[in-house]
Amino acid sequence: MTTATIDTGASSAPTDVARGRGGGGPAPKRIVVAYGFWIFILSDIVLFSALFAAYAVLARNTAGGPTGAELFNLRNVFIETMCLLLSSYTCGLGALSAERRQPARFLVFAGLTFVLGAAFLVIESLEFAGMVAKGAGPSRSAFLSAFFTLVGTHGAHVASGLLWLAYMVAQVVAKGLRAAVLRRLLCWSLFWHALDIVWIGVLTLVYLMGAR
Amino acid sequence: MLGRLSWSAIPFEEPIALVTGLVVVFIVLAVLALVTLKGWWPYLWREWLTSVDHKRLGIMYVVLGLVMLLRGYSDAIMMRTQQAIAIGDTPGYLPPEHYNQIFSAHGTIMIFFVAMPLVIGLMNFVVPLQLGVRDVAFPVLNSVSFWLTATGALLINLSLVIGNFARTSWWNYPPLSELAYSPDVGVDYYLWSLQISGIGSLLTGVNFVTTILKLRAPGMTYFRMPVFCWTALAANLLIVAAFPVLTAAFMMLLLDRYLGMHFFTNDAGGNQMMYVNLFWAWGHPEVYILILPAFGIYSEVVATFSGKGLFSYRSMVLATLGICILSFMVWLHHFFTMGAGANVNAAFGIMSSIIAVPTGVKIFNWLFTMFRGRIVFTTPILYAIGFMVTFVIGGMTGVLLAVPPVDFVLHNSAFLVAHFHNVIIGGVVFGVFAGYNYWFPKAFGFTLDERFGKAGFWCWLVGFYLAFTPLYVLGLKGMTRRLQHIPDPSWEPWLLVAEVGAVVIFCGVLCQIAQLYVSIRTRERRRDLTGDPWNGRTLEWATSSPPPVYNFAVLPHVETIDAFWHMKRTGRPPVAPAYETIEMPRNSPTGFVTAFFATVTGFALIWHIWWLVILGLLAATVTVLVFGWSEHREHEIPAGEIAQRERARSALRQPT
Repeated sequence: MTTATIDTGASSAPTDVARGRGGGGPAPKRIVVAYGFWIFILSDIVLFSALFAAYAVLARNTAGGPTGAELFNLRNVFIETMCLLLSSYTCGLGALSAERRQPARFLVFAGLTFVLGAAFLVIESLEFAGMVAKGAGPSRSAFLSAFFTLVGTHGAHVASGLLWLAYMVAQVVAKGLRAAVLRRLLCWSLFWHALDIVWIGVLTLVYLMGAR
Repeated sequence: MLGRLSWSAIPFEEPIALVTGLVVVFIVLAVLALVTLKGWWPYLWREWLTSVDHKRLGIMYVVLGLVMLLRGYSDAIMMRTQQAIAIGDTPGYLPPEHYNQIFSAHGTIMIFFVAMPLVIGLMNFVVPLQLGVRDVAFPVLNSVSFWLTATGALLINLSLVIGNFARTSWWNYPPLSELAYSPDVGVDYYLWSLQISGIGSLLTGVNFVTTILKLRAPGMTYFRMPVFCWTALAANLLIVAAFPVLTAAFMMLLLDRYLGMHFFTNDAGGNQMMYVNLFWAWGHPEVYILILPAFGIYSEVVATFSGKGLFSYRSMVLATLGICILSFMVWLHHFFTMGAGANVNAAFGIMSSIIAVPTGVKIFNWLFTMFRGRIVFTTPILYAIGFMVTFVIGGMTGVLLAVPPVDFVLHNSAFLVAHFHNVIIGGVVFGVFAGYNYWFPKAFGFTLDERFGKAGFWCWLVGFYLAFTPLYVLGLKGMTRRLQHIPDPSWEPWLLVAEVGAVVIFCGVLCQIAQLYVSIRTRERRRDLTGDPWNGRTLEWATSSPPPVYNFAVLPHVETIDAFWHMKRTGRPPVAPAYETIEMPRNSPTGFVTAFFATVTGFALIWHIWWLVILGLLAATVTVLVFGWSEHREHEIPAGEIAQRERARSALRQPT
């Protein structure tokens, strides 16, 4: 058998192919981390799609209890939506400041994002509490089980996104905007924007179609 | 204080369960005592429990899968024996209550804690080596995945001694699995162990999709990847797309059980058929998550031992991706009888039959690879040939079941049991055994004994046919699945043959244990010094056996498919490469510690010990936060050390 050799050949590597996709060798860490996190977000969206499907199946199974039209307050939902969408805008500005290594600006936008996200959560919690007080809690009917689970899972994501943001702010303050922190911030902002996409689905399928 | 937990949770009144449980506890304690007495804890902690090396994790996955295979097999032989005895007037030795737990545990364990860890373990070990890189994309996450899988396995085994297991079969359909009909902890053991291990599987999927798409050796374009990497990519895409659906379905059932919601209940508008749909929207892709990597193993084994490149590599890749997509369009064939209507059934019946086409393409590719090859009949290729014959039979009975009117007759019968064992044993299990024999020398540096290996193969093959062919016949005679008592004495001869088959399979297991024992005893003269014992074709054979922690001192440069074969053919003289410092991930206890707290949390949730739930969740979160804060996750291996190691390796190889 001929002796095996491993060609070191870094010099002869094709340079015209993009790294990671073709034959350019392992992609840089920033790409790998963000790409992996994208795949994770996709899996999260699959989870939501199952919850959306369940809601669609059960939406009319009110078991004699209140319907969406009787429970939903579109004015509140509009404010909620604006809070979340604006928080995505401030999140984007924060990400840009971080990329430009402007920690002070980043902290301002992170603070705004946190406040808007928290406002969203407060409005949602008040809505939930009001429904439970009216006897329209999650165990009232299959429709309400699906409603609380779908909207509540999104809310839980927003809540963990806020905790994560606080944690990232602490990292920025303690360590500054170094490469590892920037990578984690990138993942966080991907996560935060993905929650908007899910919310647009919730707004349309649950509130706009349900309030009729 | 202790929720539902009390002394009555120990099954004192069930001698079989109690004695089995005690024996298991005794063995575990004996192993722990041995490790302590020998002072092996520091070694274990440093080299295995906190290891983030994909090779170590792969080996641990395979060990977990093989140990659980013994557990799953014990359940199987108990059921076979019960059915061989409990005929006519004889009640048998297992009461219905216990029998129902056994068939539920058998299915759950075999799918989630045998097949999954074995397949994922082989992917872990092989994929980065075949891609010519040093580790997966996220090594610590990989360790978290493994330990969460181990958590699930631990919880499900705890149910043997503390409390009981579900009596609702491995699909756990409501309303039977709802609180109203299964009020005790059995279903909760099922749900929480699968939720926790499911998170592990999902993270594996994310990790491997990223690894395969973003981390490959220079020059390895998509169409130069080994077929096993393609099938691993397809399987992990399926994991990412399918496992969240299972998580969602289980979450809804848990909310029903814990918070009184009404997703699947009989009252207040619940819909049980939705659970069935969600479960199989995961369940059918799951079948392909298991079989596609097995197809990849067969492709590697057949090509290597035929001494030829794989016939029509591109059609193999296309067939793999075709199956990957089609697998999401057939789930309804698991419940044709639920009443979706003739048109829906027809559509899914046609889709299910179509999936046989790409599978057929693969079979022909393997056959043509062997055609005019110089076949070396080793244990791995025996499994591959056994698979081709067996899987074609299983595939044909599958196409039969895909015809809705036939399914209405055979649904829920022993025929179906025979069919899916036919494809899972003949496909997944044989594939895993082929891979185990094929890559063992790479993992441990010495080959396995061929005589015991081949004896094991023949026992498994013959035992399989003896055990499951009678079930086809019995299914056609009208025997339904999961019978604790056999009403028709005329079925007895068939059931006795099936029992004999199970015993022959056991002989196969014994041969495999003997194979491992003998091989370890004689390892000094089985050493693989070349790193390439089979004259292999892909990059994993380019490095030493076992590979160094960094896999490749210098990343290989790939110019063709079957990259290593090409390197051997072109036979460039060895040059002393310029070694550079290598950065490798540091060991991390994150996975082990997270899984420890996940175990505590899972147990507390099952037994309603709420304070412990909060404590466990907090501790697990803190563990993740501590890891998220850490900075120095890599350490460097200096170039001098690498040069020294590589020189020692070539010195070993020269004398031959």
